[in-house]
Amino acid sequence: MAASKQNKLINWIDERFPLSSNIKTHLTEYYAPKNFNFWYFFGSLALLVLVIQIVTGIFLTMNYKPEASLAFASVEYIMRDVSWGRIIRYMHSTGASMFFVVVYLHMFRGLMYGSYRAPRELLWLFGVGIFLVLMGEAFFGYLLPWGQMSYWGAQVIINLFTSIPFIGPDISLWIRGDYTVSDATLNRFFAFHVIALPLVLLGLVVAHLIALHEVGSNNPDGVEIKKKKDAKTGIPLDGIPFHPYYTVKDLVGVVVFLIVFSVIVFFAPEMGGYFLEANNFIPADPLKTPPHIAPVWYFTPYYSILRAVPPILNSQFPGVAAMGLSVIGFAFLPWLDKSPVKSIRYRGNLYKSWLAAFVVSFLILGYLGTEPSNVWGQFDTSTLIVGGADRATVVARIFSVVYFAFFILMPWFTKKDKTKRVPDRVTG
Amino acid sequence: MKKFVLVIGLLFASLALANEHVKLDRAPIDPNNQASLQRGAKYFVNYCLNCHSAMSMRYNRLMDIGLTEAQIKSNLMYASEKVGDTMTVAMPKADAKLWFGATPPDLSVEARARGADWLYSYLRGFYRDSSRPTGWNNVVFDKVGMPHVLWQLQGQQVLKEDEEHHSHQLVLDKPGTLSPAQYDLMVADLVNYLVFMAEPYKQQDQRLGILVLLFLGLLLVLTYALKKEFWKDIH
Amino acid sequence: MANQEVDRSKRRFLVAATSVAGGVAAAAVAVPFISSMLPSERAKAAGAPVEVDISKIEPGSILTVEWRGKPVWILNRSQSMLETLKSHNDNLSDPSLAVTSQQPDYCKNETRSIKPNVMVMVGICTHLGCSPSPKLQSGADMGADWPGGFFCPCHGSKFDLAGRVFKGSPAPTNLIVPPHEYVGDNMLVIGKDAKGVA
Repeated sequence: MAASKQNKLINWIDERFPLSSNIKTHLTEYYAPKNFNFWYFFGSLALLVLVIQIVTGIFLTMNYKPEASLAFASVEYIMRDVSWGRIIRYMHSTGASMFFVVVYLHMFRGLMYGSYRAPRELLWLFGVGIFLVLMGEAFFGYLLPWGQMSYWGAQVIINLFTSIPFIGPDISLWIRGDYTVSDATLNRFFAFHVIALPLVLLGLVVAHLIALHEVGSNNPDGVEIKKKKDAKTGIPLDGIPFHPYYTVKDLVGVVVFLIVFSVIVFFAPEMGGYFLEANNFIPADPLKTPPHIAPVWYFTPYYSILRAVPPILNSQFPGVAAMGLSVIGFAFLPWLDKSPVKSIRYRGNLYKSWLAAFVVSFLILGYLGTEPSNVWGQFDTSTLIVGGADRATVVARIFSVVYFAFFILMPWFTKKDKTKRVPDRVTG
Repeated sequence: MKKFVLVIGLLFASLALANEHVKLDRAPIDPNNQASLQRGAKYFVNYCLNCHSAMSMRYNRLMDIGLTEAQIKSNLMYASEKVGDTMTVAMPKADAKLWFGATPPDLSVEARARGADWLYSYLRGFYRDSSRPTGWNNVVFDKVGMPHVLWQLQGQQVLKEDEEHHSHQLVLDKPGTLSPAQYDLMVADLVNYLVFMAEPYKQQDQRLGILVLLFLGLLLVLTYALKKEFWKDIH
Repeated sequence: MANQEVDRSKRRFLVAATSVAGGVAAAAVAVPFISSMLPSERAKAAGAPVEVDISKIEPGSILTVEWRGKPVWILNRSQSMLETLKSHNDNLSDPSLAVTSQQPDYCKNETRSIKPNVMVMVGICTHLGCSPSPKLQSGADMGADWPGGFFCPCHGSKFDLAGRVFKGSPAPTNLIVPPHEYVGDNMLVIGKDAKGVA
């Protein structure tokens, strides 16, 4: 009885909207390789964080005031006076950092298993787009609490544009809408943060998923499962339906993620100053720069590169351009990688060493970006070449070179690498 | 272009500044000590709230540290404010700026910005300095605008140079009404309160957090069992 | 799928258990978001009980105070005003105060008040929320048979000096008597009574 009623309803809907067929295409008959490992959790987790950010964001806007004289107090109002407001706010601030954690791990997965290689170039490009928009979201959103870090962070980043030859100063002025970071800036950043960029982000996420389901997921072996199909059913031999197998598996990942997330939200929302900075509990003061300003941790690798590049012909532009390239570089990977294999499992030591060097550079640059450039003191003046220079700056320069070398030399070292034979079917 | 160089320059200059660490004393505070918090609240209202506001803090939040509405009304509130009001000050901002050179900052979340140890060291770090307009300076906050409000309690300190260790040391020149140990205890209470005021909800959240984690633990067991069960199909 | 020895009942149990636990989690997560839309501490503080000294209100005159952004009338009814209350029960929609939500229990009496002379009510018409105008004098511009009361300019609802609505008015119920109590002879607290803060 109940079942037939349910069938009737589904039939009714299916005649008007492709419900069942969509469920089939994207869930029950979307065949994903059966050998996904730990690294394949982060795609669904990124989607989860996106939902957390959107929902908490909507509820924050109900009480936040995008006005320079009210913004700081309105955040504290949310923290204290709005019922559960602080949990919602901490979920949003923690979500911002966790978004980058998850996305960086997701990207690293792509690097390891060659997920950017043909036929997944567009999938990868949509992903790079998501990453760029996410950086924009983080940058615009960080101004909103209107603390000292918000203010001076925005001030420095906007001033980066000033170094663009000829049109730079006008661009900065245009971004701010005032001669300094002010109420006008805050108001437009709010508009970008809560509606403009989220719309773009959602569009890109949909495109990313459509592209994924068109070409199918890559896997730790880098084997195309669509090449070996069951003769009768046409189902990939190494594929399993996404639902229920990967839905239940991702659910475990979701719960583990939520445990980590809750520990931060309830017990360490500042995360030792990495997620919420102490100076941001002081209201923005245009006349007083805080003693130490650094971007939030997820921007620090690029910020390190910016600081590492010395001014050329008295212009800061090379540094700014290098920072931009260090982010954009990921977009070129599909065409820089000339290796006959995709996955790190079948690559040789040359590629593995380069990838390791890249990851180490990324981490060291990231660490150095959170610290002042004199954190390690100076080299002795008698030292060759680098005498008297800040140790940290010299280290940052070396690792910036390694960072870019990974991209620039990729066509060479991927071609020269001794690869292993890739099996026909996925392993383990 | 110049502006950019200026900002970056400023940035590095300030970074250099940050590195000159003053050694801070560890604040002996205990968020579970309600008596200490209540004393701290009284000191805060008596000594700080004349110039510093705490615009985000409502008086009735003090019920969280064991005070009753009547106690708050009769001991900690002046005039006829409602217990739901926030801790404001009557002093106009413009006057304050004229008198102290800067508006005394709102202290609602000061403890989150500075940290307990900084506050503890700062409130014990005032010394006589005739070159300052107020006659006071501070080892933690050089050229501080605030005079030493608690000097009658602590007494007067002076900064003595220690030739041997190439460092400076605070020495009590004229004793106050409290002994150094009593004064330290009082400052500890005050800092304890300031830390509470910055996050009055912290302990409540942590209790909730434990419940959330317990529940997620249960969910983890269930989802893991579910995953295992379904993945029996896959060979 | 291919495996026929799958333990269906165990699978069904685990799906159900996880669904229930997940449903509980979803409901628990909804709580903070839904409650965040309730009045905040600031709104509650602004809507806190109001203390009024009523010693200055002459018999026959009215004082309007604000409570939770709404006008609350405190009417000191003279002896003659109190007399009129008994005269027109037949013309009232709800003379017996059957709609109990319109006043606290301690005001469910003939005068709808704690002290017979002091009438406390929210000055908002129960029809569509306009604020009626006091027409305290009998007769006058309201016609010869007007016993004194309140007249809503929006849709013509009429109330007597105890806030009871007259028959034929668009307003469905009597004016609301807010929770209130006396903390001294002449000190009235609006928004709070023996049951606590409203």
